[in-house]
Amino acid sequence: MTDFRLVVVSAGVSDPSSTRLLADRATQRVSALARERGHAVSVTTVDLRELLPELPAALSSQLLGPRFTQAVDALVAADALVVATPVYKAGASGLFTSFFQVLDNDLLIGRPVILAATAGTARHALVVDEEMRALFAYLRTLPVPTSLFASTEDWTDKALGQRIDRAARELVLLMDSGFARAVRDDAWGSYQHTYGSAGGTELGIDLDSDMMRLATGGSLRSGDDDPFDPRGPA
Amino acid sequence: MQFGIMSVSDITRDPVSGYTPSEKERIDAIVRIAVHAEEVGLDVFAIGEHHNPPFFSSSPTTLLAHIGALTERLILTTSTTLITTNDPVRLAEEYAMLQHLVGGRMDLMLGRGNTAPVYPWFGQDIRQGLPLALENYNLLHRLWREDVVDWEGQFRTPLQGFTSTPRPLDDTPPFVWHGSIRTPEIAEQAAFYGNGYFANNIFWPKEHYQRLIRFYRQRFEHYGHGPQKKAIVGLGGQAFLAENSQDAHAQFRPYFNEAPVYGHGPSMEDFEEMTPLSVGSPQEVIDKTLTFREAFGDYQRQMFLIDHAGLPVDTVLKQLDLLGERVVPVLREELAARRDPEAAEPPTHASLVKAKYGDAEPRQPRPNANRGDNVTGGSPYQDSEAEVSAYPAP
Repeated sequence: MTDFRLVVVSAGVSDPSSTRLLADRATQRVSALARERGHAVSVTTVDLRELLPELPAALSSQLLGPRFTQAVDALVAADALVVATPVYKAGASGLFTSFFQVLDNDLLIGRPVILAATAGTARHALVVDEEMRALFAYLRTLPVPTSLFASTEDWTDKALGQRIDRAARELVLLMDSGFARAVRDDAWGSYQHTYGSAGGTELGIDLDSDMMRLATGGSLRSGDDDPFDPRGPA
Repeated sequence: MQFGIMSVSDITRDPVSGYTPSEKERIDAIVRIAVHAEEVGLDVFAIGEHHNPPFFSSSPTTLLAHIGALTERLILTTSTTLITTNDPVRLAEEYAMLQHLVGGRMDLMLGRGNTAPVYPWFGQDIRQGLPLALENYNLLHRLWREDVVDWEGQFRTPLQGFTSTPRPLDDTPPFVWHGSIRTPEIAEQAAFYGNGYFANNIFWPKEHYQRLIRFYRQRFEHYGHGPQKKAIVGLGGQAFLAENSQDAHAQFRPYFNEAPVYGHGPSMEDFEEMTPLSVGSPQEVIDKTLTFREAFGDYQRQMFLIDHAGLPVDTVLKQLDLLGERVVPVLREELAARRDPEAAEPPTHASLVKAKYGDAEPRQPRPNANRGDNVTGGSPYQDSEAEVSAYPAP
């Protein structure tokens, strides 16, 4: 059976970190459920705090250092993601959002994702659905329906374990469906890419476009403008 | 192989002295820098184009014509000329005029410009930047090659019976480089026309530029201009030199840290490691520059950025001394030794004239007498057949 490559992105900054703990619990559950369905899972963990020294250059100059590059390589190869962040001041941590803002727009298209956040108070619970889900929609990933959120009291509540199980199950089903791969294989061209927008994984340069025709001495004016234009109406 | 310097024309506070030059001082300085580039044996000087402070270079052909009058060998060019917000008709006229005044010692590099607010000042929209650049160049290309142009496009007023004057020197259009660091359409256009392709090679790791340069070379061959090694590639780079590495780092660091583009971001050491920036002794700069050929193949023009970020003019002139005396002669020798003998020679006016006419005399267009209008008839030049006879008959 297929091996799945799972990438965990954690923005927890302490060690041990409850954010990392939540991500790990989800990951373990994903691995166990995938095994039950006959898939081996390899896990790569990206601890964003290790990327902190490279973050200023990435943000100001789009210059990715060696650790950043490694993280991007892992994401390129990922079949699914578990992403987890602490909530600060009613929002996902700046480190977390900065990381995803630096990535190419197309890098994660179609990938199933478990969204997870931790906080000191339950009042932050909607950050996962209201903020993180929007970010991952923009990246055109496929966040699973069940979001994970753990504030202090949740760690002693077995309902958290049930939600983790539910989210993991959803992720495994989505991975198993082959959706992400099918999107890349069958429908990649129907997304708006810019050259270099997926870390070099975007396909070749499309020579059959209006811009390429213009580059080679053609015209932007469509056939509509001229009834005798052999191209006919656009 | 040609070596030169390129300036973006920024007027930046010197972070060490705290002094901000006036526009007048900086303009005078750039003239001294360009003249000194010739004195130390460099081949090319390039000036950028901007239409907003803190830059001074809104009128590159005026500056280049002045420098042309003060120099004898230096090739004058741009880095870059805005092919989006300038009217291609004006570009055709201004650069042909410059070409005459400097005896062909010029070419130009086209770029789009990435400052969004500038576009509407010239009636344009940055969201149309790419099609504007492509269409404008298509027109510019024809204006320099056809005496009379009828043209209709998406962006500019149509032209009927338009002649761009003066015709290019020896009726041989200036060489054009297309500058781009992320747009395959620009590389495609450069390849289609057999023009040069220039990667500024400043901000990013070389892998970033390799893909587009490889693509340009492949397409150059595809369009029948010759094998890939005949494609004409120019590269930027930036360097800061001192006798030894420690001094170079100590002297350049305050300027790097405050530099408008990358300051307050990566550390200088990271930037040196990840990008083509070389800070160091002449030998270190030589070694790093030699890696460019390994990455991109034989190329025709190497330009260095050395006068930005508030560096005072005296420092820049000393940089030129080191570049001209200690770095470029060694690079010339080393690169010549490694060069594929069939690689393209760098383009000059003489080589373009030779390519067009062989040993024959170049065409020297002489206009017909003024008919009171310039829109009737075939060609306004004496050596071309008029399609409509003049009236009244002479």
